[in-house]
Amino acid sequence: MRLDRLPISVLRRSRYVPGGWDVLAFLLVFVFFIYCAEAAHGLTGSLARLQATPISLAPTALFGYSARTALRMVVAMLASLLFTFTYATLAAKSRRAEVILVPLLDFLQSVPILGFSFTYLFFLQLTPGRVAGAELAAVFLIFTSQAWNMAFSFYHSLRSIPDEMVEAARNFQLSPWMRFWRLEVPFAMPALIWNMMMSMSGGWFFLVFSEAITVGHTTVSLPGVGSYIALAIQQKSLTAIGWAIAAMFVVILIFDQLLFRPLNASADWFRLDQEAGFTANRSWALTMMRRSRLLKLLASAFAGMLRVGTRPVATWGAARRRPTAAWSSRWVDYGWYALLVLIGCAAVWRVSLFVLAEVRPAEIGRVLLYGVFTMARVAVLIALASLIWVPIGVWVGLRPRVASVVQPIAQFLAAFPANLFFPIVVSAIVAFRLMPDIWLSPLMILGTQWYILFNVIVGASAIAPDLRYAGENLGVRGWLWWRRVALPAVFPFYVTGAITASGGSWNASVNAEVAAWGTETVRAHGLGAYIADATAAGDFQRNVLGIMVLSLLVVILNRLFWRPLYARAERKFRIS
Amino acid sequence: MNATAPALNLAPLLQVQDVCKSFRKPDGDELVVLEKVNMTLRPGEIVGLLGRSGSGKSTLLRQIAGLDEPTSGQVNYLGHAVHGPASGIAMVFQSFALFPWLTVLENVQLGLEAQGVAEAEMRKRSLQAIDLIGLDGFESAYPRELSGGMRQRVGFARALVVHPNILLMDEPFSALDILTAETLRGDFLNLWGEGQLPIKAVLLVTHNIEEAVQMCDRLLIFSTNPGRVVGEILVDLPQPRHSEDPRFRALIERVYVEMTARPRGEVRTGPKERFPGTGIGTVLTHVSSNVLTGLIETVAAAPYDGKADLPVLAEEQHLEIDELLPAADALQMLRFAEVEGGDIRLTEPGLEFARSETDERKKLFARHLITYVALAAHIRRVLDERASHTAPKSRFFDELEDYMAEDAAEQTLRTIVSWGRYAEAFAYDDHAQAFSLENPA
Repeated sequence: MRLDRLPISVLRRSRYVPGGWDVLAFLLVFVFFIYCAEAAHGLTGSLARLQATPISLAPTALFGYSARTALRMVVAMLASLLFTFTYATLAAKSRRAEVILVPLLDFLQSVPILGFSFTYLFFLQLTPGRVAGAELAAVFLIFTSQAWNMAFSFYHSLRSIPDEMVEAARNFQLSPWMRFWRLEVPFAMPALIWNMMMSMSGGWFFLVFSEAITVGHTTVSLPGVGSYIALAIQQKSLTAIGWAIAAMFVVILIFDQLLFRPLNASADWFRLDQEAGFTANRSWALTMMRRSRLLKLLASAFAGMLRVGTRPVATWGAARRRPTAAWSSRWVDYGWYALLVLIGCAAVWRVSLFVLAEVRPAEIGRVLLYGVFTMARVAVLIALASLIWVPIGVWVGLRPRVASVVQPIAQFLAAFPANLFFPIVVSAIVAFRLMPDIWLSPLMILGTQWYILFNVIVGASAIAPDLRYAGENLGVRGWLWWRRVALPAVFPFYVTGAITASGGSWNASVNAEVAAWGTETVRAHGLGAYIADATAAGDFQRNVLGIMVLSLLVVILNRLFWRPLYARAERKFRIS
Repeated sequence: MNATAPALNLAPLLQVQDVCKSFRKPDGDELVVLEKVNMTLRPGEIVGLLGRSGSGKSTLLRQIAGLDEPTSGQVNYLGHAVHGPASGIAMVFQSFALFPWLTVLENVQLGLEAQGVAEAEMRKRSLQAIDLIGLDGFESAYPRELSGGMRQRVGFARALVVHPNILLMDEPFSALDILTAETLRGDFLNLWGEGQLPIKAVLLVTHNIEEAVQMCDRLLIFSTNPGRVVGEILVDLPQPRHSEDPRFRALIERVYVEMTARPRGEVRTGPKERFPGTGIGTVLTHVSSNVLTGLIETVAAAPYDGKADLPVLAEEQHLEIDELLPAADALQMLRFAEVEGGDIRLTEPGLEFARSETDERKKLFARHLITYVALAAHIRRVLDERASHTAPKSRFFDELEDYMAEDAAEQTLRTIVSWGRYAEAFAYDDHAQAFSLENPA
């Protein structure tokens, strides 16, 4: 018998004393299992019974609701990971798949989550009368707010693995399976983790939509924080909103501490340029995981299982057949492209038929005009946020002590669903009879402005000390200093943040341009409001039209404005 | 088996037959990188592939490793054609190519794991390899915790653990500092000499002549544009070899002579033409004007007085061959020097350049640049003819792409921009990506 296969607690009784970390780890694992079991129990229940038990506004109910919501979030995240690993891998490995998969992803990324709400009915019909269908639909909607940018980041990472590392993997004849887990996934990890964090906050943001959804005449409220908020808005209860905010705060804090902080800290592990790392990410949870013998044991057991289980797969396909000459010939390429063009034409035909059956051409012009309104809002807001946050970000970034405090806060705020504050603002607009076209606008950037702030902080703290000293030495001060030293140095970082903020604001417009408070609804003129109204009315034609215009605008804006700006920032302001 | 003496009577491990590599350029023409390369590798020998950057020697190494397919010709390993990575051929990389998220032990085990070797056997062999290469005690370290030299040791251990017949090395010491590289080379040669390495033959790609002469039993010299084998030198000195040994120095001299020899068969430039590089299709290797002026000044001054032996110059001025040879070539193209037989000799304008002050130097440089470098003349002519006196970079880039690969065109333009700026022959605005005649006043 091999001694090292025995549990540690048996083997070294004299030396094994459970430490504080072990107790905590044990409790956490246990609580997690209980949650999963409870939630799974709810899945098989009937829809009728769910509708019969109304959402409760009691603060104590929030414990259960938060747990359910969090679990949906985690499931959606796992689904997104699965999607990322398959879709992005296919896009990166197959030249033919790439030509269609990548633009498709770009487009999907710009579709607001509400655009996917028509799938709700589909999921409901999958399991008639059961809660499972509604749960699936909610998870799918959260998934649509998470998956795209994760897949993008993974695709990008796969394409940028250093040549020699790929060659080493091939030289030592790693099978595709092994190469994926040993080289590609670890290499993509830091960027993927970052995008998971972003996706998570995206998911929180659309919480209300994913849990309490009304499509036409069908309304389902799944038990969760989102439904709680929806009800609170309906009943004009600012207290309940307050409780929801508090609950959300705790949940996000837990996610931050237990999931993302440790993930982020371990991401440093996978970076290639370790010596250059200027931030030492710390996480008590990671320390716990590394120090707790119990968790270590669990992890190594899991890893062993994985290895044994995949052993046959690991060597399978090592001697891969080379594609035949006929398959890789140009004619197959041409055939493939022709097929794609055909499908494209058919799609245009189908969509125009669908939309034009209900919508007159004049309305299309109106929708475009709405798009311009929303675009103007986004532009003004980004400009305002930049004016405020760039100087503050630079100031913070140059002071490492302050940055170490502010950075996690900014990150947390970005993850916090800003629309929880919407009801407060909207109740004020209703109370003071303010103009919705102006006063609803700031809601769009409430949650996304933080991306500008923390990217600028990162940029400012990355300014080489020598550059700063040189500036000081030459007596560069005041406006000249901003113009010649600070702004150029943070510009590429700022652009990255602004792109994220702009994309997020477009998406948020659907939530922000129409807001309800009890029976009163305030409405701004814009594309977001148009889409939201169409969804609420169950008008699929207008819904599709609005989303197409929005996606088109976002993609065009990205191509014609942000991409050149980013390329310019890259070229002009890089040091080497 | 005595590992130090190449056994010519043994069956070859590897045979490279008429290997060519070419790319299709946008206009449909072929761009040849490797032309009809033939070579053999026998058990017990270390063969060096020596050439300047762009000579295709790394491409050849990758074809042997099965990482790249030749356009025509064949690579035979133990009598079978190589298509895709073969077990028995392992590679050591210039950038080490270690996986930073794996420990030293895990990195070393990787190749065995891919072969599906049993856990216990895998561990045993990995620890042996780690022992052998001098990494004892570092098994659980991560690459980031190691110095460059130690990292490359992991690279060696990772390759040796699979017990390959052939070890391929792609400039394995060039990312290390001189001292570390020397130690690692010495250790490797000791193990090889004692027959301790589980390998039969080594193929080394390098641009360091001294390293090649120290390590190899046989050297193949590659030419550039296109890459082909232009010479073979047998190194029959016993190990350990010392760089002060006159026979060692003589061999280095011979390599220099071979490497600076004018390619045979390049008579198409005409019998009167003594200097290469007339058409605008010439690839210009980037050499800063600082290096050019520095080289002229050095050669003009004592003790060389206008004529220097390249190996001596490299040694005394601490120049790597991939810096020195392109600089010498550039001076030759500009008619400031002639390079032949491993020597560099300044021409009369070269000597005049050395005597002049900055402004006169620039004028002289500009005159030679416009007269002798076809691309510079072409750019200048276009700028003069246009009313706006500006021209986009893309115009010239597209023209260059008819003659060379994209990155070569990029490099050539970068070079001409740098020389043009020094000569004040024309200006270039990187932001607008355009050439112009106006210099900022």
